[in-house]
Amino acid sequence: MTLVTETAIDAAADPRDRGGPAQPMLIVENIKKYFPIRAGLLNRKVAEVKAVDDISFYVMKGETLGIVGESGCGKSTLARLLMYLIERDEGNLVLDGDLVGEKSGVPIDALRRSLQMVFQDSYSSLNPRLPIEQSIAYGPKVQGIKPKKAKEQAQDLLGKVGLRPNLFSQRYPHELSGGQKQRVNIARALALDPRLLILDEAVSALDKSVEAQVLNLLSELKEQLNLTYIFISHDLHVVQYISDRVLVMYLGQVVEIGPVDKLYSNPKHPYTQALLACRLSMDPDERVDAAPLAGDPPNPVNPPSGCRFHTRCPHAEDICMAKAPALGDVLKATPDQHLAACHMAQAGSGHSKAPATLAELFNI
Amino acid sequence: MWLYALRRLLLTIPILLGVTIICFALVKLAPGDPIQNLVRPETPPEEVAKLRAYYGLDQPVVIQYFVWLWRVLCGDLGRSIANNALVSEEVVRAFLNTLNIALISVVIAFVASMALGIIAATRQGGAVDKLVTAIAVFGISVPTFWLAVVLVIFFAVNLNWLPATGMGADGSHGFNYFDWNDFKFAVMPIIALALPPLGIMTRTTRSALSEVLNQDFIQTLRAKGLSEGRIIVHAVRNIMPGATAMLGLQLGYLIGGSVLVETVFTWPGTGFLLNKAILTRDIPLLQGTILVLATVFVLINLVVDLAQSMIDPRIKRI
Amino acid sequence: MSVIPADSASLPAAQGAPATKVRGYWGSVWNRLRYDYVTLFCLGLIIVIILLAVFAPWLSPMDPEKSSMANRLRPIGYKKYLLGTDEQGRDMVSRLLWGGRVSLMMGILPVVFATLVGGMFGVVAGYYGGKVNMVIMRTMDIFFAFPSVLLAVAIAGSLGGGIGNQMLTLTVVLIPPICRVAETATSQVRALDFVDAARASGASTISILFSHVLINVLSPVLVYSSTLVSISIILASGLSFLGLGVSPPTADWGLMLSTLRQSIYVQPIVTALPGIAILITSIAFNLVSDGLRQAMDVKA
Repeated sequence: MTLVTETAIDAAADPRDRGGPAQPMLIVENIKKYFPIRAGLLNRKVAEVKAVDDISFYVMKGETLGIVGESGCGKSTLARLLMYLIERDEGNLVLDGDLVGEKSGVPIDALRRSLQMVFQDSYSSLNPRLPIEQSIAYGPKVQGIKPKKAKEQAQDLLGKVGLRPNLFSQRYPHELSGGQKQRVNIARALALDPRLLILDEAVSALDKSVEAQVLNLLSELKEQLNLTYIFISHDLHVVQYISDRVLVMYLGQVVEIGPVDKLYSNPKHPYTQALLACRLSMDPDERVDAAPLAGDPPNPVNPPSGCRFHTRCPHAEDICMAKAPALGDVLKATPDQHLAACHMAQAGSGHSKAPATLAELFNI
Repeated sequence: MWLYALRRLLLTIPILLGVTIICFALVKLAPGDPIQNLVRPETPPEEVAKLRAYYGLDQPVVIQYFVWLWRVLCGDLGRSIANNALVSEEVVRAFLNTLNIALISVVIAFVASMALGIIAATRQGGAVDKLVTAIAVFGISVPTFWLAVVLVIFFAVNLNWLPATGMGADGSHGFNYFDWNDFKFAVMPIIALALPPLGIMTRTTRSALSEVLNQDFIQTLRAKGLSEGRIIVHAVRNIMPGATAMLGLQLGYLIGGSVLVETVFTWPGTGFLLNKAILTRDIPLLQGTILVLATVFVLINLVVDLAQSMIDPRIKRI
Repeated sequence: MSVIPADSASLPAAQGAPATKVRGYWGSVWNRLRYDYVTLFCLGLIIVIILLAVFAPWLSPMDPEKSSMANRLRPIGYKKYLLGTDEQGRDMVSRLLWGGRVSLMMGILPVVFATLVGGMFGVVAGYYGGKVNMVIMRTMDIFFAFPSVLLAVAIAGSLGGGIGNQMLTLTVVLIPPICRVAETATSQVRALDFVDAARASGASTISILFSHVLINVLSPVLVYSSTLVSISIILASGLSFLGLGVSPPTADWGLMLSTLRQSIYVQPIVTALPGIAILITSIAFNLVSDGLRQAMDVKA
């Protein structure tokens, strides 16, 4: 685990850097996406799925931010929002100090060159009718690089991700294994020389041994190419291994964010606690029998009132149903700060297990 | 469930409107002055002028359409150029004749195709399967009017078993489907009509059934010790919703597509009426017949969809 | 982390992969087709039929439109008339060869036109979705409200006979089904991640359509279109049979069947000949498209 500040200084050597080491690579401000649900006779909008509901965070240069949560919590929607693959309803992106936008600031095209994504499903993420070399060279060609140059680059990248170009460049996706396909996907994402890579469940579909190989490849590439990662996964072990900081999502919202060791050793939010308790321990004596997290996540169409987790929370009290706990200002917090959106973590929230306020401490 | 039915019903309205637009456009498609397409050539000019006003042909096209649509909704499909008869009456009379043989054909084709499909699917890859597939390919590929001609050559010319054409001495008035002297006129049209749907439905049944038979739950049934006969019953029940939907669709195709067979056998149905309208360039008759047939086809589709949604629980009923 | 083997980074994933000869998509299709003898036979048959039609002017022994009152309705093998004569004493061999030109053209050209037009509409509807999709597909739904034979008869019946009108009619009839297949295929491809990956690399819609979507939509659409050739031939001959195709004395299988029908009591076998030609051609096209579909059904 590298220290955030150290890598940030390394990043300053990058000629593409504009904002300096203290400027986060990407700031996400209050981003929102609601999907309408249409039904009934006239196909009117009857409800909304609050897939991403007012999320803010930042990623420092050279750091790996892990995003965890159960399936359906909006992780993938968030990734696609960052890539401008779906239109967001509200919110801003700030790329290395510049606002990304249609009218002013960094154009979306430039964002796309700086930001690339590795998709989850290695089968559908490669065009079955194109040799993989062409899949990799496609992006650079679109960006105006000469076909011959793009081809050479693609061969180069294949080598970088551990696939011998003379053996693999003319192969079709169906002739590759899952791990090989995912290596090609990484090469394709790297073809545009991005600074930030979004890895959406990039290793989740792979066998454990192959997963380990790909993870190591990612670590090597990060150092070689001076990359920043947003690593989305439901696998807490993997996230712990690769991340500097971790963001926990529940029903479209951030419930906890903090440095990986603080968050794993001392989770503040009951949801994070439950997720961590769900992990199978390597020690058979420590394995828990009872499922710490009962039931399915509630329907994101009608999220519970107050704290969205109160329906499954062992510590839920009246205040949790009445009032949504605030996470605090994530964007103003330093990278080593550990924040949680839980009444129990906030003094004076009214929860019986909340830490005492100054006034209470001194009995005023 | 009811919401789905209501929605499906409402969706039919724009389709039917579209059908009327196309039928209305047919008159405009025909070369020449539209009013001349609608009246007999010897009609006096003042009569023509009156009709022009009656159909609103001096108005813009959109108004013409609505004037025409209003008359159609009132049941007025105009008059035939050839004999000045009401198109609506002609079509209804002919439609019943077509409906009768189409119904018999489709039922025969359905029963036969289920039998052939089951036989083929349970003996996949064998000689019987190949034979059934050959029959299906023949049924799909054969031009019905040629088949009709060949039937006439065999059964009417060579063997002299069946009458070649027509509907018998009484015509459609006293036609009795339960009297052989009448029914023998219908035998060849029914066979000629039944073969293409037989081919299509056999192929569909065979592939649907073999797909079901390769599914895991069939293995489970076998493992439970169910006899092969019972297993087939299980599998057939699985494909029934699709098969009945197919039955309805094929009935629709037969009613709409009988023009060639009816022409060969001079069977006085809607197809024969269409042929007559084409030969005499009787545009009102053509338009009216097509409008009625297309409407019936849309309604059959509606019924099929509704029936299927009731039989098959997997179809969403939002 | 205990799950990660320490030396895994030095293990290239490539090592285990055998250096097989790389074969493209069409190579694997051909490899399957090679052992499908029925399809190959029918393919050969189609080539022969096409060659016969193309070289009809040189192959036909007589003028197909020259009638001879003295030699009307001769049986098969009568003197120099290998397949007899028709009701106007014209040589059947010559007429079948020449008629094949019209019939094949009517089977293939409308399908080509309809594939271009219907395919384009379908791809646009499938890729853009939303309102564009609704307008295009609901319009197609209206044409689906007519059984194909009825729609053909309706349009051709109003337009009147003639080869151009027949071609136009068949194209219009074939557009909606092709459009629907193209739309389904496109919207399936559209949902796959590689399209999003292409968008994420900043590619324009046009570039994505041509480089990524079309290449994947093409084979299902072409396979489907090939099944329509036989339908188009049958529909065309049906229209000609009703007098809505070429005008006499031009030879056309459907029209020949129609005019010979009067002579059914005199020369039944000769009467059946044009129909047999239609049947053989239609079966051949049907089986080839079946074989093609199976060969192209590539599962990864």
